[in-house]
Amino acid sequence: MKPRTADKIATTVIVALALLIVAILIGLLGYILVRGLGHISWDFLTSAPQKIRAGGGVGPQLFNSLFLLVLTLLITVPLGLGAGIFMAEYARPGRLTNFIRLIVEVLSSFPSIIVGLFGLLLIVNYFDLGFSLVSGALALTVFNLPLMVRITEQAFRAVPKQQKEAGFALGLSKWKIVTSVLLPVALPTIITGTILSAGRVFGEAAALMFTAGMSSPRLDFSNWNPLSPSSPLNPFRPAETLAVHIWKVNSEGLAPDAAEIAAGASAVLVITVLIFNLAARFFGRYIYRKLTASKRMN
Amino acid sequence: MSVKPKKTRLEKHHIEDLIGRSYMSLCVLLLVVIIVSMVYFVASKGLANFFSGKVSLSEFFGGTKWAPDAETPSYGALPFISGSFLVTLLAALIASPLSICAALFMTEIVPSWGKKLLQPVIELLSGIPSVVYGFVGLSVIVPFLRDTFPGQGIGVFAGALVLSVMILPTITSVAADALAALPQNLKESSFALGATRWQTISRVILPTTFPAIMTGVVLGMARAFGEALAVQMVIGNAPFVPKSLFESASTLTSVITLSMGNTTMGSTHNNALWSMALVLMLMTFLFVLVVRMLERRNKI
Amino acid sequence: MQFKKKSWIMALALTSVVALSACGNNGGNNAATNNTGNNTAANNTQNSSAELSGSILASGSTALQPLVEQVAERFMETNTGVDIQVQGGGSGTGLTQVAEKQVDIGNSDVFAEEKLKDDDAEKAAALVDHQVAVVAIAAVSHPDAGVDSLTKQQLVDIFTGKIKNWSEVGGADQAIQIINRPASSGTRATFETFALGTKTEDLQGSIQEDSSGTVKKMIGETPGAIGYLALSYLDDSVKTLNYDGVEPSVDNVISGDYPVWAYQHMYTNGEPTGAVKAFLDYFLTDEVQTTDVVELGYIPASQMQVSRDVEGNVTTK
Repeated sequence: MKPRTADKIATTVIVALALLIVAILIGLLGYILVRGLGHISWDFLTSAPQKIRAGGGVGPQLFNSLFLLVLTLLITVPLGLGAGIFMAEYARPGRLTNFIRLIVEVLSSFPSIIVGLFGLLLIVNYFDLGFSLVSGALALTVFNLPLMVRITEQAFRAVPKQQKEAGFALGLSKWKIVTSVLLPVALPTIITGTILSAGRVFGEAAALMFTAGMSSPRLDFSNWNPLSPSSPLNPFRPAETLAVHIWKVNSEGLAPDAAEIAAGASAVLVITVLIFNLAARFFGRYIYRKLTASKRMN
Repeated sequence: MSVKPKKTRLEKHHIEDLIGRSYMSLCVLLLVVIIVSMVYFVASKGLANFFSGKVSLSEFFGGTKWAPDAETPSYGALPFISGSFLVTLLAALIASPLSICAALFMTEIVPSWGKKLLQPVIELLSGIPSVVYGFVGLSVIVPFLRDTFPGQGIGVFAGALVLSVMILPTITSVAADALAALPQNLKESSFALGATRWQTISRVILPTTFPAIMTGVVLGMARAFGEALAVQMVIGNAPFVPKSLFESASTLTSVITLSMGNTTMGSTHNNALWSMALVLMLMTFLFVLVVRMLERRNKI
Repeated sequence: MQFKKKSWIMALALTSVVALSACGNNGGNNAATNNTGNNTAANNTQNSSAELSGSILASGSTALQPLVEQVAERFMETNTGVDIQVQGGGSGTGLTQVAEKQVDIGNSDVFAEEKLKDDDAEKAAALVDHQVAVVAIAAVSHPDAGVDSLTKQQLVDIFTGKIKNWSEVGGADQAIQIINRPASSGTRATFETFALGTKTEDLQGSIQEDSSGTVKKMIGETPGAIGYLALSYLDDSVKTLNYDGVEPSVDNVISGDYPVWAYQHMYTNGEPTGAVKAFLDYFLTDEVQTTDVVELGYIPASQMQVSRDVEGNVTTK
């Protein structure tokens, strides 16, 4: 075969396969949205699910997913920032640092079901926290934390060396340099990464089935006392998230419109992840512009 | 305060520094604690059956009969272990060529807009939750396979198809990074010799970036190996080594999701499931190890 | 040493959570809530004549969960001081947790003795059984299989792989595809014990799903499929098969003519007291048994004309 013909054929194949991936995504999104969008309404998003009658919604599940996300980020962001900054700025290259990096790698590639089982054994049973939002958030921490560490470390490493050196030249302490010089520059990348990782938390199901539970007690949305068992804010109540709800409705749903609910909930989930993606891009750009602009003014 | 006894007065920034440093060390220590306790707990549960002599290592890893509720129970996990490897390898076989083509498309064919088109696609694919993949797999892929191929649609091939879409983003993004990192002059010298684009790709680019692309493939396989819900929904879950790709089979993850809640903690059946979790965990270590080895080769 | 480490993680995590919920002394309180009402319930007995209060935690069988949730909601409407949380997790989880006193009630679709055996047998002995409902299980097939009724022997032959085609039992010329449940499933245990009378080994190529919804979907979509479902899941997408000529109807189950049924159990660790007792008593009142139980597709335990013990011996009441 002539090289030129081979080149043409190869190029066609590559382009075709690349476009196939685009087609797969469009097909997937199209299928989910076409099947689900018709079922989404304000009522669907806010009302409680029905067990055997049609017309149930996913209100509590949606709230649980968001609340669980907030709880998880509250735990992982400070811890992840700390460990990430340590890895980027303080850790001296050597065996120990290498070992810690290995741990981060292993933790982030653990199957979520293992994390869920570990959570069931240690958090739910051993610490007796039961199936609860806290248990779920702690389990999610296990695989969100290494992600945060990696994001932070990479963001700090990407900051130009001169900025740090300028700080040293001014006689600033290392801590001051980290918090006042490096952090603001690294922040846009960190925020983008955090929002993207939040998408994963939002869609996680396998780890939560064993930790946050598969039931949602009645929620009283006028009761905002976090100590009350029926308050939506109580972190010690069991909570079924949207992803777990899809799983449950698909497998055990007795309601006559179970298939539509699953489709609708899937669409809600995918749309939320889409929003996270867009928000990550937008926020990253916005903050970057703001921070760099303010620099110029000083 | 006893850290620096010579100094009578600690300046504010010293204290700040100290607090910051110890907080960060604590965060790192936490990572170590998490992993140590995970390994400890999963191992203590997973090894319990072997220590108590209820299940022998050879029965667990060599036995093909899984009948925990029979009169004489047998706990052969080979069907699950082989099922996991089978779907993982198949998924990697399907996804790798697609991903490499996508990466080439982004970096070599149309670098101007290829990345703009595919990057969001890849990010979105990786963002779709696995339950949604399972849901779509059950309502689209399974009926399609049932009508096109012999068998019931459900089975190893359906699982591998669902998984391959799920690991596409992982392989593609790693491969694209590797291709983009390739020194420009390498390509230019090939073109200068009169090579066509395909010759350059197949003789220069792919061989040089092979270890890096393999890193992506292994990372994808690690994800496929541990994926639970999506596979469980479409694979059929029969505890047998399948004779055909369109026959119902099981993976380690699928049997764990199916049976963990139905067995009581501490029973032999339950502990056997933990042994499988331990196998999953060890496989994760292995995958990370392979990735590290590939990365090291890539650096040289 | 190990424990110190663990409690340290917890302390860290709890701090962040507590900080969020903006109440510093949360930790102590919720330990009590989560250790569940054993203490609370005990305290309540002292003034049980007055209004009930306390929290009840139940976990276990996902099949029983919707019913318990529904009854719990009604119970809480009249007893506003009581908070009941119902969780899934599976029968095994429920039995484990109630045996270890992590929950007040363990829901199970099998007798505790069947799950907690050998080393755990004494745990089962401490549990008190409350049979709140009955679930009947029917063999079902794909609508086009062309068979209305199967005998016990035919079912055994199908599920052990001796009969491979529907034409062998008088149906269409169509290969039989078994949709089974995993070995750990309570539904499978019931079906094998009372319909087949024998334990079956898994067959190469059989499909196994744990959840009734998926099983129903599969049987409805797969030509030649056979499986079994609780009566509450039956609809037109699948064909319900008679067993030895007996129709799996509620009346036939109550009279004892249709043998494939099992109790739904709610286990307590020791005799229940206080709010837990009140809740379980409420469960067995006619108000619940004839409304919620029936509405969710169960058969009221109180109406059964026969009863059955752990060994499966049936006696007429």
